[in-house]
Amino acid sequence: MTTVATVSEGTGNPYALSHLDSLESEAVHIFREVAGEFERPVILFSGGKDSIVMLHLALKAFAPAPVPFALLHVDTGHNFPEVLEYRDRTVARHGLRLHVASVQEYIDAGKLRERRDGTRNPLQTVPLTEAIQQHRFDAVFGGGRRDEEKARAKERVFSLRDEFSQWDPRRQRPELWQLYNGRHAPGEHVRVFPISNWTELDVWQYIDREGIELPEIYFAHEREVFNRSGMWLTAGDWGGPKEDERVETRQVRYRTVGDMSCTGAVDSDATTLDAVIDEIAASRLTERGATRADDKMSEAAMEDRKREGYF
Amino acid sequence: MTTLTQHAEQLSTTTLLRFATAGSVDDGKSTLVGRLLHDSKSVLTDQLEAVERASRSRGQEAPDLALLTDGLRAEREQGITIDVAYRYFATPRRRFILADTPGHVQYTRNMVTGASTAELAVVLVDARNGVVEQTRRHAAVAALLRVPHVVLAVNKMDLVDYAEPVFAAIAEEFTAYAASLGVPGWGSGGDPQENWCTAIPISALAGDNVVEPSANMDWYGGPTVLEHLETVPVSHDLTACHARFPVQYVIRPQTAEHPDYRGYAGQIAAGAFRVGETVTVLPSGRTSTVTAIDALGESVDIAWAPQSVTIRLADDIDISRGDLIAPADDAPAVTQDVEATVCHVADRPLTVGQRVLLKHTTRTVKAIVKDIPSRLTLDDLSQHPAPGRLVANDIGRVVVRTAEPLALDAYADSRRTGSFLLIDPSDGTTLSAGMAGASFAAVTDPAADDADAADDAEWDF
Repeated sequence: MTTVATVSEGTGNPYALSHLDSLESEAVHIFREVAGEFERPVILFSGGKDSIVMLHLALKAFAPAPVPFALLHVDTGHNFPEVLEYRDRTVARHGLRLHVASVQEYIDAGKLRERRDGTRNPLQTVPLTEAIQQHRFDAVFGGGRRDEEKARAKERVFSLRDEFSQWDPRRQRPELWQLYNGRHAPGEHVRVFPISNWTELDVWQYIDREGIELPEIYFAHEREVFNRSGMWLTAGDWGGPKEDERVETRQVRYRTVGDMSCTGAVDSDATTLDAVIDEIAASRLTERGATRADDKMSEAAMEDRKREGYF
Repeated sequence: MTTLTQHAEQLSTTTLLRFATAGSVDDGKSTLVGRLLHDSKSVLTDQLEAVERASRSRGQEAPDLALLTDGLRAEREQGITIDVAYRYFATPRRRFILADTPGHVQYTRNMVTGASTAELAVVLVDARNGVVEQTRRHAAVAALLRVPHVVLAVNKMDLVDYAEPVFAAIAEEFTAYAASLGVPGWGSGGDPQENWCTAIPISALAGDNVVEPSANMDWYGGPTVLEHLETVPVSHDLTACHARFPVQYVIRPQTAEHPDYRGYAGQIAAGAFRVGETVTVLPSGRTSTVTAIDALGESVDIAWAPQSVTIRLADDIDISRGDLIAPADDAPAVTQDVEATVCHVADRPLTVGQRVLLKHTTRTVKAIVKDIPSRLTLDDLSQHPAPGRLVANDIGRVVVRTAEPLALDAYADSRRTGSFLLIDPSDGTTLSAGMAGASFAAVTDPAADDADAADDAEWDF
């Protein structure tokens, strides 16, 4: 037996936890609170780094027992094939249950209309909220972080949503100590954000420390891309490039993984985790500022989507 | 750029400090927060560009740093801060989580929210105005919530010619007020780092003593705000803490690989637990021995707050969520009669006779408000007897009777196991934030206070 090897040195106190240990401990506490208090929780899983870290935390929280939650993926129909492959492999490896809510099926059934700009991220809200109602999920874990966006900075760890999944920032419950209040009426549910207090760099450092595997698109690779509104988008059947847009092959990687229609790649030669961490530590752009088109639509784009039920 | 070894080194030495800011509308809180974020290079280009764009579109000449922190449409439209927001920044020495609490009408509940998880509170004062009502209110809330450290940031020193006597007088007045709250001695020691309050003269606008030491105040020999935030201690002396472990969840895999595994999962709320230790489980009072501690995948022989771990015991006794594991020789008493100070955070009132739910650690029980003996006015710490009800932002003493026994500590001994929520059972609204046990000492008679200052360790009002 050993004592915990992560005692922080150089702080003068042997019982100070490192910042990653503090964040991990807090997130695990949140997962276990939900397991203890809710009937039907689910983890939103996109195959992106934040949801991968969440799943890793859940696996640690309940070990050696299996994770007591299913996964829910809102598939926009424009997802990166490497990410879907990663998703399915991960689900199989841990013996998890996966629900998929498909934006494409909603479009095919005439229940949603394609937007003129081809962006499907805002279309995720309806399949997401309907899946929550249909499966009667009462707690929905999301990988949202407060450092991502200023509307997210106002989000609680336990965020109560009404039967329409709406977020009302003026009616949030004060969140005191570590006493999370998850009480809700039938039909309502709670969105839970265990990694609220993590930054992008924390996520990467944790992935590094824990040796967590990621989809390859997070590392530099050659890819056919074209430039739209200053972002490098992947060329493909989803709707790009248009006639006046020119495809070129560049060495790029992704900082976020979302819908292909609105997630931009960044020029990079970072092929390893360490190189990625160095690149992020030196970057002068936020993750969303660099690579997300949907947040640039207006100053309150994220707030407006969250109000409608987006996570 | 850092190298791999530097990463590893940095990871093992970086700790996390949670702190809160308190300040009223015009004392420069947004500027201070903006300055901390900006000068620690935590504002990235696209965020700054967005602020510049928004400021221009409103006809402002200089970028308005308050726009960095006002995240909601209504806040930007009205130019006010509605709610607590959380900000993140880092230096090579430490990571920071800042609970940015607005100073508007709903100040008390907002500050209570921010202060409940804070290790340090920054109280801002305008050097021209000195200690005002609002300052006393902020100090009282920080003391009430037992925030371990306070920074008195005397701001706008540039507007008083950076004069030392101005700063010294304010610092002295604040220290005297803190003494009247009964806080000196609490956390104090020979090391100035351990003092409850540290006063720093600053100009958030000009940047004096925020991140960079001031060239205008060479009479000041102390740390800058950031330097102090980087070095203030974040962990506590475990030998002085009563060890407490609220059981969150029972882990029983019942698989071929782990047929008999039965572990009690939770986050250590205070103190430390060791393998081999004799423990008592409350409220049942049964005792057993710790046979193993699993710290998220690693087997350890000691673990301490706030680690999330799984504890295994020698005996297969009935333990479930809501129970508390404590050392057999240092277990709290269980009670159904809770006397506490509460801050009322809901818009609907709390009244005598009201049926509520009480959430304490991992246990939620039915309860009834038996009495509200007094309401406190934070401005002068005077008490009003028997108010009958508490409304939003009120702080008062309550007596609550619970349907089941609770293993409750005094909040003064443990912020984690001495705190609770009162919840409206009809719709789940969080009504009040509770702190069990005695509160702090209000000085009503200065002469009497001098007489027994030596044993004035009691916190009561």
